[in-house]
Amino acid sequence: MLDVIELGHTYGTGAKAHLAIDEVSFRVDAGEIVCVVGPSGCGKTTLLKSVAGLHRVARGQIHLQGHQVHGVPGDLAVVFQDYSRSLFPWLNVASNVEFPLRGTSLSRAQRRERSAEALAWVGLADVARKHPWELSGGMQQRVAIARALAYRPALMLMDEPFASVDAQTRADLEDLVLRVRTEQDMTILLVTHDIDESVYLGDRVLVLSESPTTVVDTLKVDLPRERDQIITRASTEFVRLRSEVARQLRR
Amino acid sequence: MFANSKLAAFVQRWLVFAICVLLWQWAATVTNNVVFPTPLAIVRKAQQLWLNGPASQLFLGSGINQDVLPSVGRLAGGWAIASVAGIVIGIALGLVPVLADYASTVLAFMRAVPPVMLVPVFFVLFHIGTPMQLATIVFGSIWPVLLNSVDGARSVDPIKADTARAYQIGRLRWITSVVLPAASPKIFAGLRINLAFALILMVVSELIGSPDGLGYQIANSENTYDYETMWAGIALVSLLGFVLNRLLVAVENRALAWHHSTRLLEG
Amino acid sequence: MRKSVRGLIGLLIFLCLWQLADQLKLIDPTFVPGPIVVAGRIGQLFAKAEFRVDFVATVLAWLIAIITATAIAVPLGLLLGSLPVLRSATSAVVDLLRPIPSVTLIPLVLTAFGDGAQIKIILATFASIWPILFNVIYGLREVDPLFVDTARAFRTTRLRTALAIRLPYVTPFALTGIRMSAAISLVVIVSTEFLSNSGIGFGSFVVLNGEQSGDIPMVIGGVVVAGILGGLVNALLQGAQNRWFSWAQEGA
Repeated sequence: MLDVIELGHTYGTGAKAHLAIDEVSFRVDAGEIVCVVGPSGCGKTTLLKSVAGLHRVARGQIHLQGHQVHGVPGDLAVVFQDYSRSLFPWLNVASNVEFPLRGTSLSRAQRRERSAEALAWVGLADVARKHPWELSGGMQQRVAIARALAYRPALMLMDEPFASVDAQTRADLEDLVLRVRTEQDMTILLVTHDIDESVYLGDRVLVLSESPTTVVDTLKVDLPRERDQIITRASTEFVRLRSEVARQLRR
Repeated sequence: MFANSKLAAFVQRWLVFAICVLLWQWAATVTNNVVFPTPLAIVRKAQQLWLNGPASQLFLGSGINQDVLPSVGRLAGGWAIASVAGIVIGIALGLVPVLADYASTVLAFMRAVPPVMLVPVFFVLFHIGTPMQLATIVFGSIWPVLLNSVDGARSVDPIKADTARAYQIGRLRWITSVVLPAASPKIFAGLRINLAFALILMVVSELIGSPDGLGYQIANSENTYDYETMWAGIALVSLLGFVLNRLLVAVENRALAWHHSTRLLEG
Repeated sequence: MRKSVRGLIGLLIFLCLWQLADQLKLIDPTFVPGPIVVAGRIGQLFAKAEFRVDFVATVLAWLIAIITATAIAVPLGLLLGSLPVLRSATSAVVDLLRPIPSVTLIPLVLTAFGDGAQIKIILATFASIWPILFNVIYGLREVDPLFVDTARAFRTTRLRTALAIRLPYVTPFALTGIRMSAAISLVVIVSTEFLSNSGIGFGSFVVLNGEQSGDIPMVIGGVVVAGILGGLVNALLQGAQNRWFSWAQEGA
């Protein structure tokens, strides 16, 4: 599905040049959840933005579904960390979810239907007429996820999506992501600084080094597909994996 | 005292106003200067001039047609043109920040020009009448809304920009559905200012070059030492400004309900 | 390339286009001469001692107006801003007084007080009070409650809180207001001079020697001088504000 080949990026030129990303290569297969973990400032967000086509990279190539990415590809959706700034406050929730669909060939009725469907799916059908600022942080992020879902992308990119919500909400939203993958048949690339989260959610975990960033390691998460916040996190395999990730990060 | 605090505030406000008017009445009566008639005399004069019509016309007399309507018409027309032009140019410049930078010095200069000084120039170009006044109003009042529109368009949240790009929202839709709403708080702030300017310019341009209108009425009555009419004219201008401003604020509150609520939430 | 450099380049381009329009006779030279002619006119103006005296008179009147307006509006704003009761009680009066265009009062004030420096200063002060007043009130309202709470948590006295937190917070807003007032008061002063035939001041000079004798290029010259003066002062104040108060968020 997604191929990142020798991605590299340098900020600035000459003496002030800063090699942010040295060389990063990886694959994401259809139906996978791949989590990217790394220390602060290692360019995780730059990486994600490059895959999204929001950022032009100095070196390397990105292939999505076989085609090379130049600019923003049509088949992906992004969920940002700062949901309050990503949703449009002058639109209500339903309109926010519908917004990306306006430029497509769908009729108004079809757009409304998809929006309602997506909102129902994330459990927010009853707040469709409300405005984003009337909702809690977790609910706003759900709206952002619903917006991504209504768009029916092939690949969903998530940039530290749960860093700004409380722990309880985070657990609920993590489970929502798992459901998205299973029930909506979605491929997800998720960036996070939370080690536990990366192992809980991921089929594979990519560990990045500090700047200049490279892929330190790729761990295969051999946990069962069905995950549970309590049982899975208590299992020996989980503990082993997260310790491994922590150790790789420390290197 | 009152169950409803909003009612209390309303009463309080207009009570203070009433007291000020009473003080004014007393002061004017005591000094008895023909240049400063009492509020009562002014109101009576205003009624004579403008409210002497039949009940079926809301008591509006023919004076309205001669004095008030032309002025309001020019004001509304000039303000509308200035606003639309200011918003369009401002947003266009704001979207291309480099262009805005190049224009910045010229704009800063234009904005500092006292529009009154240009009245003779427009007068010579257009002669007496509405085109000259419109030119003065438009040229003088366009700057606040233009500069605010530039500012508003430039300050669109980069995360919203990223969101729009990620979802492949086309350029035109980006401008109309994202930039415009995002910039609207600043645009409305500019609109309120340029309404005030437009009012001033309307009066000034009529003082100098007009056969009719409120400004003409004020200047004419001053020249004929008819101070009651002059004051009535000034009072009406003030009232006009007050009403128009309130209208604009009402529209703004509806259009920016989302903004005010968000600000409230942030404490 | 820095913004100011770009601005200057933009100005040069504008001047060149203007000169071009003049060469190509696109505009009537009796009304709007080319920039070189205007520059020459301005030079002529400043060469006349009479004009220089008038110019200084205007600038002085302007300074007095701004300082007076600030001296009235800042304390008044602080007072009204700190006592919401007072503010709402006076709001009707304020809202009715504020839209009175100072220029409409010109004929009135001229008759009542005669010509002279006082009227234009009074009018300019009246017009300049509002931006400062409203900005100060707005600034007080915008003081982040978190700062105040932090001070209270450290048991700071009310006076110290007012001086050390509210005052610095309000200052950038007040400065924005003063900047706006500077622009407005210059416009009011020049306009008053223009309309009053008082014989003193830059605007009067332009009227008597320019407008009344139909010398439009001189009027344009006057306009340019006024624009440059106002623009420069605004730029200076903005620069000072940026340098010393860059920590502040946008003012009103």
